[in-house]
Amino acid sequence: MAENHATATDVPVPYSTGDSKITDTTIAEMREIAARYPVARSALLPMLHLVQSVEGRVTPEGIEACADVLGLTGAEVSAVATFYTMYKRRPVGAYHVGVCTNTLCAVMGGDLIFERLKDHLDVGNDETTEDGKITLEHIECNAACDYAPVMMVNWEFFDDMTPESATQLVDDLREGTEVKSPRGATICTWKEAERVLAGFPDGRADEGPTGGKATLAGLRLARERNWTAPAGRQGSAPALDGVPGPRPEDQPGRESQAVHTDDTRKED
Amino acid sequence: MLTPVLSDNWDQIRSWQLASYQRQGGYDALRTALRMQPADVVTAVKDSGLRGRGGAGFPTGMKWSFIPQDNPKPKYLVVNADESEPGTCKDIPLMLASPHTLVEGVVIASYAIRASVAFIYVRGEVLHVIRRLQQAVEEAKAAGFIGQNILGSGYDLDVVVHAGAGAYICGEETALLDSLEGRRGQPRLRPPFPAVAGLYGCPTVINNVESIASVPAIIKNGADWFSSMGTEKSKGMTLYSLSGHVARPGQYEAPLGITLRQLLDLAGGVREGHELKFWTPGGSSTPLLTADHLDVPLDYEGVGSVGSMLGTKALQIFDETTCVVRAVLRWTEFYKHESCGKCTPCREGTWWLVQILERLEHGKGTEEDLDTLLDLCENILGRSFCALGDGATSPITSSIQYFKDEYLAHFENGGCPFDPMASTVFATAGASA
Ligand SMILES: Cc1cc2nc3c(=O)[nH]c(=O)nc-3n(C[C@H](O)[C@H](O)[C@H](O)COP(=O)(O)O)c2cc1C
Ligand code: SF4
Ligand code: FES
Repeated sequence: MAENHATATDVPVPYSTGDSKITDTTIAEMREIAARYPVARSALLPMLHLVQSVEGRVTPEGIEACADVLGLTGAEVSAVATFYTMYKRRPVGAYHVGVCTNTLCAVMGGDLIFERLKDHLDVGNDETTEDGKITLEHIECNAACDYAPVMMVNWEFFDDMTPESATQLVDDLREGTEVKSPRGATICTWKEAERVLAGFPDGRADEGPTGGKATLAGLRLARERNWTAPAGRQGSAPALDGVPGPRPEDQPGRESQAVHTDDTRKED
Repeated sequence: MLTPVLSDNWDQIRSWQLASYQRQGGYDALRTALRMQPADVVTAVKDSGLRGRGGAGFPTGMKWSFIPQDNPKPKYLVVNADESEPGTCKDIPLMLASPHTLVEGVVIASYAIRASVAFIYVRGEVLHVIRRLQQAVEEAKAAGFIGQNILGSGYDLDVVVHAGAGAYICGEETALLDSLEGRRGQPRLRPPFPAVAGLYGCPTVINNVESIASVPAIIKNGADWFSSMGTEKSKGMTLYSLSGHVARPGQYEAPLGITLRQLLDLAGGVREGHELKFWTPGGSSTPLLTADHLDVPLDYEGVGSVGSMLGTKALQIFDETTCVVRAVLRWTEFYKHESCGKCTPCREGTWWLVQILERLEHGKGTEEDLDTLLDLCENILGRSFCALGDGATSPITSSIQYFKDEYLAHFENGGCPFDPMASTVFATAGASA
């Protein structure tokens, strides 16, 4: 299905539309990112994520702002921006929907899901629905093959998909129904997600589970059959007292969260 | 049979939080390490026999010992969390469930090589993993495990979580360094090796997530404990990732040297009513194997002895409903798309490979095309600037070796003889349950 891999080259890339939303705050945040690194230029990738969070794409103004902050030319920044697939020159919808069509997911149903979604949304690869809600893209292996076929919405996992669950998912997104990733948080907008990638946390890390069924498959089996690694130096640890620092007991407020209620296995 | 160490705390409530991690003894290893001389930490990791889990299997302790401590420049640790090799899906669930295991390993490894800053370069396409990493680093800073004078030891370290932006090649360690310097991710000429001139031209260690995450357990339990697991030259436990046509796909942590037959047994076997056709031992860049290789020990030497590589231990399982030509074509399209364009054999070669494979898959090829494919592969393998080009040839040469008849059937048949529906999870009821 080579046609899956075609890009929307017929739509011209908008140059400056004259409505850039880059402000002094954006510039200040860019400087903040640059300050995290021993050499400022290392901040360029996160800065471009920040540009996308403000502009909804990489705009000429965004490129110039990065160049100004880092003392580079616009061409140098452009050369970097065009190298990486996550940076988009065309406006991205509120939700970026990725369907993994690398071999394993494709074989497990990803190709059929992608075809169904193109039909259902009436868009091609890397195109956005007319209401500006959804940008559909086929993506490469997203390190979730044990949940194939895999989809990503704004880079959150959607596992074990079918054509039906995929169309339901995009319908929910378009209708504004709250959608949760089975291994992540409540879905935010693509721009909000890009802000986290720029290094500005959104406080949602505690949402969602530790992992899904496949993540825990081996561990559950080991528990069932009482398989463990060889005993180590558990408990003895003479070195423990020497160095000060907070111990779990010092954080009573957290303790209750940490107790695993149905954990019957640990002997210590 | 299974030896959960890295995955041992994944079923704890909020296992990603510091409190939960410490309740399981988390950061005890850091306290132990900080009472040791840095060189002794390196020795312990050397003695454990830990080899890099990012694919190449280079001894981790030895890599650390290459850092020239008499070099006055700052030293850096860079964690390779780019996990993008098709089929590979171990580092992402590890960081999602227990980011502190990695963070503790980062602090210990940095102390061992006397790094002043450590970077976790994580692929950008995993939002929730990035959230959990950011939070774990903040928690560790607040607890005094990262920062100035860590736990009163006099050692200072800063840790930066850095999100990439979508490029498989940035998993290659020198391309990763260029990317982390804010450039296009293209591999660098070696030597100089990163240990001498890496990030910003300074001595740098680059390690995979799982390699670094294994360090706290080694320091805590001892090198002997670690090397009591595994085989003669492949020590310790590791995460095997089963995916595809298998009843219970997922992460299975076992000593190195377990076989696919044993792992399939644990995972409920190939999906019901079907049989194993081909599999990758360690991602798409490792030559395919077949049912003839079910009893090969999955360690570096064992898989090497049958002409493949252990790689990332990404066991992608395909049953008889899968068209091997379709599978190989799709991987080849991936390599073509991800080729960074720096060298001709890979840039031009992968383009041609796709052209020919497309023709073959659609039944328009000839037997001569197979020779051309092998010829092209010969010109890419070993002549490319980095291992991406080499990896691109693996699925092709191995599939022609084992499934030549299937290629032939395509043009005898005038097209692909397989029904793409038959291989999906929704083709058979219960297959996805
Ligand atoms: C094309 C290509 C992609 C790679 N991708 C990764 C990756 O995603 N993660 C990783 O740890 N190593 C990857 N590697 C291997 C790294 O170059 C390097 O060997 C590894 O990070 C070293 O860590 P280790 O010694 O702990 O295994 C890749 C290599 C190549 C050639
Ligand atoms: S082998 Fe491919 S990815 Fe590697 S340097 Fe050459 S063109 Fe780039
Ligand atoms: S092949 Fe789809 S997530 Fe790996």
